[in-house]
Amino acid sequence: MTATAASVTLPSRPITTRLAEHTIEIVSDSGEGAQKCGQIFGSVSAKMGNGVWTVEIIPAEIQPPPRVPEGASGYRIRLGRGPITNWGDATNLALAFNEQVLLARHRLGALAPDAVLLVEDKWATHEDADIRTAWTQAMEELSHRNYRIIPVPMETECLTLVDNPRKGKNMFALGMLACIYGRDMERIKEQIAYTFRKKSEAVYEQSVALLAHGYAWAEEHIDFRVEVTPAPITEPLVVMNGNEALGLGAIAAGMEMCAMYPITPATSVSHLLSEVFDRFGGIVHQAEDEIAAVGVAIGASYAGKVAFTVTSGPGLALKTEFLGLAVMTEIPLVLIDVQRGGPSTGLPTKVEQSDLLAALFASPGDAPHVVVAPATIEECFHIMVTARRIAEAFRTVVMVLSDANLATGVTPFPRPKPDARWQAAPLDLAPVAEGQKAYQWDDATGLSRRIIPGQPGGAYTVTGLSHDEGSKVAYSSGIHQRSSAMRSRKLAVLQSLLAPPVVYGDAEGDLLIVGWGSTKGAIEEAVDRAHREGIRVSSVHLRFLSPLEPGLKELFGRFKKVCAVEINYSDEPGDPYVTDENRRRGQLTWLLRATTLVDVDCWTRVPGEPLRPGSILDAIRERAPRGGAA
Amino acid sequence: MTVACGLLPVLQPEEHDAEYEISDYEGARARWCPGCGDHSILASVQKLLAAEQLTPEQTVFVSGIGCSSRFPHYLKTYGFHGIHGRALPVATGIKLTRPDLTVFVVMGDGDCTSIGAAHWVHALRYNVNLTVLLLDNGIYALTKNQTSPTTPQGFPSNTQPHGGWLPSLNPLSVALGVTNASFVAQTAEWVPAHLYATLRTAYHHRGMSFVRILQRCPIYSSAVYQAAVQDPARIALLTHDDGVVVPELERIYKTQVAHDPRDLDAARRIAESTDHIHLGVLFRDPSRLRYDEIRRVAPRTAEERLTLIDAELDRYAV
Repeated sequence: MTATAASVTLPSRPITTRLAEHTIEIVSDSGEGAQKCGQIFGSVSAKMGNGVWTVEIIPAEIQPPPRVPEGASGYRIRLGRGPITNWGDATNLALAFNEQVLLARHRLGALAPDAVLLVEDKWATHEDADIRTAWTQAMEELSHRNYRIIPVPMETECLTLVDNPRKGKNMFALGMLACIYGRDMERIKEQIAYTFRKKSEAVYEQSVALLAHGYAWAEEHIDFRVEVTPAPITEPLVVMNGNEALGLGAIAAGMEMCAMYPITPATSVSHLLSEVFDRFGGIVHQAEDEIAAVGVAIGASYAGKVAFTVTSGPGLALKTEFLGLAVMTEIPLVLIDVQRGGPSTGLPTKVEQSDLLAALFASPGDAPHVVVAPATIEECFHIMVTARRIAEAFRTVVMVLSDANLATGVTPFPRPKPDARWQAAPLDLAPVAEGQKAYQWDDATGLSRRIIPGQPGGAYTVTGLSHDEGSKVAYSSGIHQRSSAMRSRKLAVLQSLLAPPVVYGDAEGDLLIVGWGSTKGAIEEAVDRAHREGIRVSSVHLRFLSPLEPGLKELFGRFKKVCAVEINYSDEPGDPYVTDENRRRGQLTWLLRATTLVDVDCWTRVPGEPLRPGSILDAIRERAPRGGAA
Repeated sequence: MTVACGLLPVLQPEEHDAEYEISDYEGARARWCPGCGDHSILASVQKLLAAEQLTPEQTVFVSGIGCSSRFPHYLKTYGFHGIHGRALPVATGIKLTRPDLTVFVVMGDGDCTSIGAAHWVHALRYNVNLTVLLLDNGIYALTKNQTSPTTPQGFPSNTQPHGGWLPSLNPLSVALGVTNASFVAQTAEWVPAHLYATLRTAYHHRGMSFVRILQRCPIYSSAVYQAAVQDPARIALLTHDDGVVVPELERIYKTQVAHDPRDLDAARRIAESTDHIHLGVLFRDPSRLRYDEIRRVAPRTAEERLTLIDAELDRYAV
């Protein structure tokens, strides 16, 4: 359908479609407020009881040139009757502030073949002939799909209320969506008031007027409604993104020092803390660089505080020498790596899971430490409690691998119930007994008591040099062997305390998908769909990567094939020069093959976006025929 | 004495009736080369600790990597012998969270002015209450004779055998150029009375006191300071009531320059001047902002935190 044909009719009664889920996105040039519009829509939908998963659409620059496809900025909301665990496959309704950003989404394959596209129409009649031509060409390109395109005079309508439609068009758009999806206007107004709490009352008033106008316009001119019925809310929920969950989790875990250096997409963890941490007796220290950030955290932890640092891949690379020191001196440390695309500067705003091996082997020399990965936004909160506890109990480094998908995705989850025990100081502050060593390793476990400055009788010097139990520099050959064993032993002890992973689906079958991190929702949705097609597939999702969760080899043995699904690069079999011997596989795949000696296959992609359940389903279909033929 | 340490129960130092002797601060036997200037600095520091009666377990020495960074091992206090160039971030982390501890930092010239230069500049600006000693022998000694930023131009080493290519970096000028730096002094290990007096003044300064200690390496860089050691006329002592005054040195060091450490412009001129090696306090301004003070937070109990977390979660409640 072409733009000209899509003249807006005046429906006497709009047609309402009831659906289990629908995916909506709002796209604009950067700075036009599409993200804010989407955030409010998502938050309100969650508060109404819908399942929600939102994703930011972010250009790399703060203010890219206007009306260019690569500048598309926006927000995508997958709305469901029940819980929504991932961003889904494609958008069903897009609302765009210009046709170029819409084109960007189309070219990325983000739009469903039958999507409804609401697009600002002022460009069609713009005084600049180039812009008019661009509009016509875009409409031509879009016409090859079965989209329904509805031009909307957003700017014209906004101008009836405001002088500068660039400010506030997003509220008009929000009003339209509120009408189409039957959103609760009072809640929207509350959310607008909260969003603009630092702005003037006039901004709020104007926003609400534009919101109402957008609603009224849609009521009159849009001939359909979508009903995704909210479920009754049966337990207290909170709604937030993964970085907010990490920050709040840090507070709930009793953390007292966050030392960081700005890096996308990790920084917003510290934004939240910078506002509130001092009220909890905590400090956010923005250090002069990534190295200093981890150094300050280590210093604070050495002094007895509960400290963490938060970074992304490039920052992890810089911190590695200090990580080795923390392992060597057995100073507890939690390091969050919110992964982005790499290597090097890579894809700063996009999701990837390609830091796993760098995280596992971060420091040169043998530096055993713990690596965990939250699989959901809810787990981002709770993992901080776990990470702190393990770091202190085992006197080691715990790395938390989140990613851009969790960091910027927003979803509701059961409200955490913080526990005073999470806050407890784990230190035995009794005076150090005569003869007590700095590292009085228990031979079986490698564990030893942590002593901090101020404790009488201690007065040890910790050192990154190889050292004996007394922290004395090692000058004899046996000491390094023993101390290495003691540090390593701690991981074996930790693994002995872990439960085997829970299988999603049947305990045996034709194919087992293995995942880690933010892909859990998409993998399990794909597994469900494959199961409905008669494919005997299950999945397992790992939270512990170092040490690995126990029982994997036995588990893998119950499936004909095992395949890891990850957002990192791997060679495809059949690529030029690629053989089974030299094929570079996915990072978890590499780890699983090395530790289980099972011929684990992989399906990995680095599209700069979260994996789509439909794509994973295709990978499953390729590997496991329907009906379970042997 | 109590510990403002958030959740930690109050740490009480053990009752200690007798005075601490210098020997109470002695750790492992120093393994520096005979004739190394670090021995003299260690002795002065131990004397300072005893003079100030610092509780050993309330005192932390943080160092990086290099000959001088072995310092903490030779003291009976808490010590942190970390990685090359990164002593200052560690010390900052300690002092920010444990203001009850007395924290010293010991670095060499490679540590401080080369690999750790970024931290040095920013630590001066943070102005956290640390006593920071740069043991400057003008050479990488532990790694066996490589040119450092403070190696004199033309001085040969294993990496620049035809002599250092560039004029050496002036740590005093750098320190005095940093916004919010509050204490910059220079002393020499072969003038123990001056060294001790300077350390003591530095210790009493609230804020980051930066002391460059000229230090001889008898193996690789003895020539660097040889002329000044042999000829006291090459040295000028900066004197002021607000700086360091060592009357017994007046007979040996005839050149005395009255310098008010509040005068930053004069301090910069002195740092740049090449007529003498100036020893003394170049700059001191105790009124400068201290990051550790302005970032101090009130400790909270676990119960208080739980209430606050609940309020915080309300903001995200559906």
